[in-house]
Amino acid sequence: MTLTAPVASLGRSTLAAIASLGRISIFTARTLRHIATPPFYLREFWQAVIAIGWLSLPVVGLTAVFTGAALALQIYAGSARFSAEAVVPQIVAIGMVRELGPVLGSLMVAARVASSIAAEIGTMKVTEQIDALVTLSTHPMKYLTAPRVLAATLTVPALVAVGDSIGIMGGYLVATTRLGFNEAAYVKNTFEFLEFWDVGSGLVKGAVFGFIIALMGCYYGMNSGRGAQGVGAATKAAVVAASVLILAANYILTEAFFAS
Amino acid sequence: MIRLDNVHKTFGTHPVLRGVTLDVPRGESMVIIGGSGTGKSVTLKCVLGLVTPDSGTITVDGQDVTRADRDEFLSHFGMLFQGGALFDSLRVWENVAFRLLRGSLKKPREEARAIAIDKLRRVGLRSAVADLYPAELSGGMQKRVGLARAIAADPQIIFFDEPTTGLDPIMSGVINDLIREIVVEMGATAMTITHDMSSVRAIADKVAMLHDGVIQWSGPVGELDATPDPYVQQFIHGRADGPIEAVR
Ligand SMILES: Nc1ncnc2c1ncn2[C@@H]1O[C@H](COP(=O)(O)OP(=O)(O)O)[C@@H](O)[C@H]1O
Ligand SMILES: [Mg+2]
Repeated sequence: MTLTAPVASLGRSTLAAIASLGRISIFTARTLRHIATPPFYLREFWQAVIAIGWLSLPVVGLTAVFTGAALALQIYAGSARFSAEAVVPQIVAIGMVRELGPVLGSLMVAARVASSIAAEIGTMKVTEQIDALVTLSTHPMKYLTAPRVLAATLTVPALVAVGDSIGIMGGYLVATTRLGFNEAAYVKNTFEFLEFWDVGSGLVKGAVFGFIIALMGCYYGMNSGRGAQGVGAATKAAVVAASVLILAANYILTEAFFAS
Repeated sequence: MIRLDNVHKTFGTHPVLRGVTLDVPRGESMVIIGGSGTGKSVTLKCVLGLVTPDSGTITVDGQDVTRADRDEFLSHFGMLFQGGALFDSLRVWENVAFRLLRGSLKKPREEARAIAIDKLRRVGLRSAVADLYPAELSGGMQKRVGLARAIAADPQIIFFDEPTTGLDPIMSGVINDLIREIVVEMGATAMTITHDMSSVRAIADKVAMLHDGVIQWSGPVGELDATPDPYVQQFIHGRADGPIEAVR
């Protein structure tokens, strides 16, 4: 009995994980179907674009500028060990647009957006607003989930693009003011070596991460337990799930894009 | 005609409905009374398909509610939720006109707004309220906005879950008259949940008392006072001692 207890609990949590994976897959398929079929709720879509995209700009920008600045310092220190300081602009640019821009930007958006979507939809659930939607002949998935997921999928790449630019600028500022790089040469080196797919892959990652963020917010919100405690638990679960899935998806996408 | 036949519903290990059987003829006003937590709201939600019963059948005009075309079916319904359930991201008038702004009943915005303001006036709210958000209203005002939303599309079947709870006596009177008027004028079928005995007398054609998961008593409102049923007598007189336990 006591000997098998750890095995049993491992088995139980594995089964629970598989079951929730199944539920999330079904939820994903339903979301895609509702995005693709009318009616479309344009007003809700634009509100989601503002809430997810526009209002996330400050936090994404701040994240990017400090990340780019720190990256420049680290790469300078590292490359100085074998007298390769000249690579700083290129490595900062590649590191930013391929990895740090999409990943850190999306993690910040996940903290901000997955939580607020889960809390909003969870509150709607516990105050019977979701039931009210149904009785008013409006499908909650179509009215709440589809616009948010579509908006996040389209706007997070735009946020990533802005973050990339600001991050590179952060690196440029540190390199030119603190590390003695020539301004014109830094800019020239940044763009000369940057390839289209370096940036493009980061934007594709952004779209996938945006999809994950809104999907997790909606999924945990829709499945929120009862009461304030239920909403709190749903919010926490949404942020954790979105963050972990972003990091996992990032590894898988990086393998797919760059492992030769 | 709404017919519930031997409906059962258990949440977890807690049986709530244990064989509810009830007929509501077309154009009649049925009031459901019963202690809190006895499953009155759950009963209405079963009819609307928001909660799926474990067993038993529910039909509306002979059609099984689980098999009906949902959009078609729900377009004849209006529901006032116990907590109002207003959408807090939308203005009051957009809440009231929700059904009229999208879907099969879609109307131009100006027209929908005019209808919303008219319905708000019927529940005793002035037009200045129309542009506020639900969070800016008192609980009783939210309840009345919910009521206005329930009647906005002139439904044939209307459910009111505790329409006068939280209202002052004068406003309760206004709402009772309004519900009566809707049933008489529009010929709608109504099911109302209430604890308020003055409401029962003002609104009901028939009364049903839910207790212990079953309809304990039902009959015309005129027979309510005369019935010897000890459950009904204890409830309508609000006595602490009787067959209904105070600790539930
Ligand atoms: N979605 C739900 N999940 C679990 N329990 C529920 C749910 N809805 C209602 N209940 C339980 O069912 C019982 C009856 O609830 P309700 O119908 O709201 O009572 P009332 O008669 O006061 O309207 C309560 O004990 C409540 O906790
Ligand atoms: Mg109730």
